[in-house]
Amino acid sequence: MTFLEDTLIILISQTVFFVGGWVFFVKQLFRDYEVHHLLVQLIFSVTFALSCTMFELIIFEIIGYLDSSSRYFHWNVGLYSLLFMVIALIPFYIAYFCISNVRFVSKNMIRPLTMFVWFIYLYFFWKIGDPFPILSPKQGIFSIEQGVSRIGVIGVTVMALLSGFGAVNYPYTSMAIFIRPVTQSDVLSIEKKLLQTMDMILVKKKRIALAESNNMGRNQYMNDQSGAKNRGFWRNILSSVGSIGNPLSQGTENIAQLRQEISGLEELSRQLFLEAHDARTMREKIEWSRTFQGKYFNFLGYFFSLYCIWKIFISTINIVFDRVGKKDPVTRGLEIVVHWLGWNIDVSFWSQHVSFILVGCIVLTSIRGLLLTLTKFFYKISSSKSSNIIVLILAQIMGMYFCSSVLLMRMNMPSEYRIIITQVLGELQFNFYHRWFDVIFLVSALTSIFTLYLAHKQPSVN
Amino acid sequence: MAAIEKVKVVVLGDSGVGKTSLTYLIAHNKPLLSPGWTVGCSVEVKLHRYKEGTQAQNTFFVELWDVGGSNNHRNTRNVFYQPTHGIILVHDLTNRKSQGNLQKWLSEILNQDSTNPNYQHLDVDPEQFLGSTKIPILVIGTKYDLAEENQRKNQYRRLASSIAEQCGADEIFVNCYQARSLAPGNSNTVKLTRFFDKVIERRYYSRASPFPDKRPAIPSYVLDSTPVSTNKRPQYLSPRFYHMD
Repeated sequence: MTFLEDTLIILISQTVFFVGGWVFFVKQLFRDYEVHHLLVQLIFSVTFALSCTMFELIIFEIIGYLDSSSRYFHWNVGLYSLLFMVIALIPFYIAYFCISNVRFVSKNMIRPLTMFVWFIYLYFFWKIGDPFPILSPKQGIFSIEQGVSRIGVIGVTVMALLSGFGAVNYPYTSMAIFIRPVTQSDVLSIEKKLLQTMDMILVKKKRIALAESNNMGRNQYMNDQSGAKNRGFWRNILSSVGSIGNPLSQGTENIAQLRQEISGLEELSRQLFLEAHDARTMREKIEWSRTFQGKYFNFLGYFFSLYCIWKIFISTINIVFDRVGKKDPVTRGLEIVVHWLGWNIDVSFWSQHVSFILVGCIVLTSIRGLLLTLTKFFYKISSSKSSNIIVLILAQIMGMYFCSSVLLMRMNMPSEYRIIITQVLGELQFNFYHRWFDVIFLVSALTSIFTLYLAHKQPSVN
Repeated sequence: MAAIEKVKVVVLGDSGVGKTSLTYLIAHNKPLLSPGWTVGCSVEVKLHRYKEGTQAQNTFFVELWDVGGSNNHRNTRNVFYQPTHGIILVHDLTNRKSQGNLQKWLSEILNQDSTNPNYQHLDVDPEQFLGSTKIPILVIGTKYDLAEENQRKNQYRRLASSIAEQCGADEIFVNCYQARSLAPGNSNTVKLTRFFDKVIERRYYSRASPFPDKRPAIPSYVLDSTPVSTNKRPQYLSPRFYHMD
C-alpha cells in the first residue's frame, strides 16, 4: 500500500504546483493579454508542475521521506514526461504558432509544414550530441540518457550564460559607485531638444500636407476646367496667374526631399527619446539609492561582487588545472569546521541536514529568480501577436533550465545522495557538464564586464 | 502658413493595439502597410475643415501625437503630454484587457505631475468629464475585422467599452487595413469629424466664455481637468518646455 500512498502524495503536490503555475500565468505573465488558446496555458502549467516535482524528489531523496522504489519510479515517470514536453511537444507548438502567424500560408498547409519543420528540428537536435563527449556508447535511442544529455548541454549553456551575466550585472546595477551623476537640468535639456525635433518634424509634415491638398485642389480644378470649354479666354489666363500668385500653393515644394528630411528627423527623435529615458532612469536610481532599501542593496552588492570575483577566479583555476570538485561544499565546509575549530560533530548526520537546507535554498531561489527573469523578459519583448509563442519559448527554457539544474545539483550533494541522480540519469559524463558550465560562465562573465564597461562610458548625442 | 492654427490631439493605448496604423489612416486616408514599433512618439498631421459647409468654415491643422505604449518608457512619456487639446483612446477589440487599461492611460495623462517621476495612478472621477469644459475624448476600437465574424452582430453591445459611457465620449470601431473604414460619409467619419470640431471649438472658440453651460457655479478646482495644478493657463506658457504654441 505504501506505493499507492506515495503516489497519492506526489500527485497532490503536482496538483498544487500545477495550480501555482496557472495562477502565475494568469496574474503575472498574461495580465495585459486575453487568453485565446487554453492549450498554451496548459502546457506552461504542466511544464512548471513537472519541473517542481523533480526538485521535490531530490529533497525527498535527501531527507529520505518516501519509499525508495516509489521514488525511483516517480523519477522515471517525471523525467520521461518532462523530456517529452521539452523535446517533442513544445517545439511542435512553437512551430505551429509561428507558421500560423505568417500571413501568406493557407490553412491547409499549416499542419504539414509544421510537421516538416519539426522533423528538421529533431534532426538538428540529434546532431548536437555529436561534438560533445557526453555519452557512453551503449545506450539505445529512446533511453533517458540520450534525451537528458542533449537537453543538458543546451540547458547548462543557458544557465551559465545567465549566471555569468547576472553575477556581473547585479553589482553594477545596485552599487552606488557605478551610477553616473545626472542632474535635473541635464534631463530637461534633452527633453527640450526632443520637443524641438518634434516641432521641426511637424513643420515639415504641415508643408507636405498643404502641398498635397493644393495639388489635389488644382487637379480637381483642372479636371473641371478641361470639361468647361466655354469659359472665357481671359478667365483661363487669370486663373492660372492667380494660382501662381496664391501664397498657399507653392507648387515648388519638393515633397520627396521633405520626406527624406522627415525620416532623418524621426530617427533623431527616437534616439533623443531613448537618451531622455536613460537619463530619467538614472535619476530614479539616484533617488532610490538614497532610500534605506537602496542602501541595503548597495551593501549587499559589495558582498556579492566579492563572491562573483571569487567564482570567476575558481572557474579559471578549474579550467586551467583541469580539476573538477570531488567533494561537495557541504562536506568540505563541515570538515573545515571540524579541523580548524576542533568541534566534535557527527559529519554524516549534519551533512544530511545542511545539504537539505542548502539544496532547498538553491531550489527556491532558482525558481523564483527564473520566474522573475522570465516575467521581465516577457514584458519587454511580447506583443499581442507573439505572446503565445513567447510563452511557449519560456516554457521550453524553463523545462531545460530545471532539467539541467538537477544535473548540476549533483555537485552540491554529498556522495551518498549523488547515487540516485546517477542511477536515474544514467551513465552521463557529469564531469563534462561541470567543466562546460565553468567555461561558459567565464566567457559570459568576461563578455558582460567588457560590454558594461563600454556602455558605461556613454558618449552624448551632439 | 502662419495663418493656419493648430490643435494637438494625443493618441493613447496599450502597446500593439494599432495606434500608428490608425493615425496614418486618419491623416492620409490610406492604410499603413508595414508599421514598426513606435519608440517615443510619432506625429501625423491632418488638414481639417472646421464646420465645413457653414459660414464659420475654417481650416485647421490637427496634430496627431501617437505616443508609444510600452511599459518601459512610462517615465519619459509625459514630456509629450503638455499641452493637450484632445485625447483619442485606442483599444484592441480582440484583447479585452487593453480596454480595461484605458482607465490607467486616462489617469496617466490627466494626473501626471511632471516633477514627480513616480506618480501614482489615482482613480479619475468620470464625473469630471461631463460638461463642455473638459478635454474632449474619443474611444476607438481597432482590429474590427478580427473580432469574431459570426458574433459581430450579437456582440455589438459587448464590444462597446465602459470607459466611453463613463466619460460621455463617442466610440467607433475601425479596421485599419481598409481605407473605407474612414471614408467620407461613413458614420465613423462623422463621429471623428465631430470630435475634431469639438476639440477646435474648445481651444479657439470657447475661451471668451469660460462658463458656457448654465449650471450653478462649481469651484474651478473641481471642474479642472488637471486636478494637480489649479492654474490651467500658465501651463501653456510654461518656460520649461520649448514648444511653439
